[in-house]
Amino acid sequence: MQFILRRLAFYLVAAWVAITANFFIPRAMPGDAVDAILAKFPNLLPPARKALEATLGTGDQGSVWSQYVSYLNHVFHLDFGASLSNYPTPVTTIVANGVYWTLGLVGVATVIAFTLGTGLGILAGWRAGGRLDRALPAMMFLQATPYFFLALLLIQVFGITLGYFPVAGAYDGINYTPGWSWAYFTNVLDHAFLPALTIVVTSVAGWMLQMRNVMVTTVGEDYVVAAQAKGLPDRRVIFTYAARNALLPQLQGFGLALGFVVSGALVMEIVFSYPGIGYLLLNAAASKDTPLMQAIFLLITIAVLAANLLVDLVIVLFDPRVRTREAT
Amino acid sequence: MKALARLWRRLPGTAKAGVIMLGVFVLIAIIGPEVTPYDPGVTTPLQAASPSSAHLLGTTQTGQDVLSQFLIGVRLTLELAFWVGVIATALSVIVGVTAAFLGGIWDEFLSLVSNVFLVIPALPLLIVLLGFLNGTSAGQGQLPVILVLSLLGWPWGARVVRAQALSIRSRDFIAAARETGERGWRIIFFDIIPNIISLIAASFVNTVLYAVGASVALAFIGLTDPNSWSLGTMLYWAQLGNALQIGAWWWYVPPGLAVALLGTALVLLNTGIDELTNPRLRDARSATKIAGRRVWPTDPTPVLGALNGRGGLAGLARPFGRKSLIDEAALARIPGGNAEKAGEL
Repeated sequence: MQFILRRLAFYLVAAWVAITANFFIPRAMPGDAVDAILAKFPNLLPPARKALEATLGTGDQGSVWSQYVSYLNHVFHLDFGASLSNYPTPVTTIVANGVYWTLGLVGVATVIAFTLGTGLGILAGWRAGGRLDRALPAMMFLQATPYFFLALLLIQVFGITLGYFPVAGAYDGINYTPGWSWAYFTNVLDHAFLPALTIVVTSVAGWMLQMRNVMVTTVGEDYVVAAQAKGLPDRRVIFTYAARNALLPQLQGFGLALGFVVSGALVMEIVFSYPGIGYLLLNAAASKDTPLMQAIFLLITIAVLAANLLVDLVIVLFDPRVRTREAT
Repeated sequence: MKALARLWRRLPGTAKAGVIMLGVFVLIAIIGPEVTPYDPGVTTPLQAASPSSAHLLGTTQTGQDVLSQFLIGVRLTLELAFWVGVIATALSVIVGVTAAFLGGIWDEFLSLVSNVFLVIPALPLLIVLLGFLNGTSAGQGQLPVILVLSLLGWPWGARVVRAQALSIRSRDFIAAARETGERGWRIIFFDIIPNIISLIAASFVNTVLYAVGASVALAFIGLTDPNSWSLGTMLYWAQLGNALQIGAWWWYVPPGLAVALLGTALVLLNTGIDELTNPRLRDARSATKIAGRRVWPTDPTPVLGALNGRGGLAGLARPFGRKSLIDEAALARIPGGNAEKAGEL
C-alpha cells in the first residue's frame, strides 16, 4: 500500500510539472498564433493585430500568476477554449475526433507487435545462438530503420506501384459514410493496413531483443534447471517457468508503450495523413495553435502517467518481491 | 594500444560489424564535406535526373546534386548526434553520480527530477518546443535541436548511473578512501567514475541512437531549419518534392538507408557492450558440441542423461520435442534410477 501511495504522489508531481511546463512553454517562446496568421496573410494592415488579439484572446491578460490560476482552473474543467487554427471549434471536439483513430490504429498495432515480439524473443532466448537468434542483426536493421522511411517505401511499393492499398487518410470520405456498415469497416481496415504494418515491422525487433535478453538470463536460473531435471516437457519449462518470470520487465515496457499509444506514432500519422493525434499535434505546432497544442500534450502526458501507474499496480500484483521490499 | 587490441578481440562478431559500420560513417562525415562535387543548395536546370557520371546519385527535383547533399547530411547528422550524446551523457553522469554520492534529500530530489523527465513524453514535447522555435531567428541551424534533444535525453542514463554508483559507493574501497581523507570530488572522479565507465559508454551510444532517430524524424516533419542539409532535411525535401510519385528513388533511398544503417551500427555496438559486461549474455551465444549434438548452456547439464549405449548422450532437450528430457530407457539402465523418481525431484 505504501508503495502505491508513494507512486501516486510521484505521478501527481509529474502531472503538475507537465501542466506547468505546458503553461510556461508557449509564453517563453518567440512568436504566437497572431504572428502565424499575420505571416499567412501579409497584406493585413497593422490594426489587424489588435483585432486578432482581441478575437483570439491572446493580448494582455493580466499578471502571470492570475493567468496561471485561471489556466489551472480551465485544465481541471477540461476546458481548453477554442482552437485558434480552426476558430471557433472547441479544442476538446477536435481532440476527441482524433483520439479514436489513433487508439484504434496504434493500439492494435502495438498489441500485435508486443505479442509477436515477445513470442519470438522467448524462442530466441531459449536457444540463444540458434537459428532464430542469429537473425537478430537483421531484425535490428528493421528496428533502426526510421519508420517513416519504411512507410515511404511501403507507400511506393504497395500503394503507388501495385495499387493494393490506399495511402492517405483513415477512410474514403467520398464513397463511404461512417457508420456500422461492412463496406465502411473494410474500407477503414484497408486504410489502416499499411500504417499498422509499418508500426509492427519497426517495433517488433525491440520487443524481441528485450525479451530475448531477459530470457537468456532467466534460463540460467536454478529453478529452470530444476524444472528441466524433473523431466517436465520443454513447452512447460519454457512458458510456465522461464518466460513467465522473464515477462515482468517486458510488461513494464508494454505499459509504457500503451501510454505512448495515445501520442501515437506521430510521424507515421503524418506520412499517411492519418487523422489521429500526431497529425493534429503537428498541424497545431505549425500554426502555433497554443490551446490545441496544450490540450494534446496534456492528453498524451496524462495517458503516459496513467499507463505507468497501471504498470506499477500490475507489478505489485505479479511480483511479490516489490511487496516485501516496501519495508526497506 | 594493446588494451584496445585486447578489447577488440573480446568483442562479439556482431559488435565488430557495428564498429566497422560506424567507422565508415565517421569517415564519410570527416572527409565527405571536403570532397562534395557541388554546392548542395545550388539549383540547376537538370531536374530529377537519374544517377549519371556527372551526378553519381542523380539530382533532386530542383536540380540539386544528391551526392553532395548526402555527404554533408551524414556530417551534420553525426555531428548533431555526437554533441547530443556528449551533453546528455555528461548531464546524466553529473546528476546520477551526485545523487548517489550525496544521498539523502539530494538523492530524493534529483531522482524525482529525473523520473519526472523520464515519464514526460519526449517527442510531443519536442514538437511543441520546436514548433515555437521554428521559423524564428532562434530556430536556425542545428544548435536549438542539439540543446532541446540534450535537455530531454539525459534522465534514463542518470537513473542507470545512479543505481550503479550507489552500489559502488557502499563498497569497501570507497570507505577506505574516505578514511584516508580523500576529498569528495577526488573520490567521484578517481574512484567512482572509472568503475562505471562501461555504463557511461553504453549510455552514450544509446543517447546517440536516440538523437539520430529523433533529429531525423523532427527534420522530416519540417520542424528544424530546412536549410541545414541533414539527412532528415533531405527526406523532408524529397517528400515535399514528390520524390515517391515521380519515382526518384535515388533521392530518398540514400538518406533513409544511411539512417537505418547508422542506427543498426549503434544497436550492434550496444549489444556488444551489453555482452562484454553481462557474462550470461556472452556465454549464451556459444552452443558447444557434445557427442555430436549441439548443446546450449540452457540445456540441462548432461549428467542425468546416461550414455545411451551407442556412445552418444541420451536425454538432451529438443525444443518442443519429446515429452521428457530424460531418456527413460537410459535412466532405467542406471542402477537405482527410474523415470518416476526423476519426475518427483
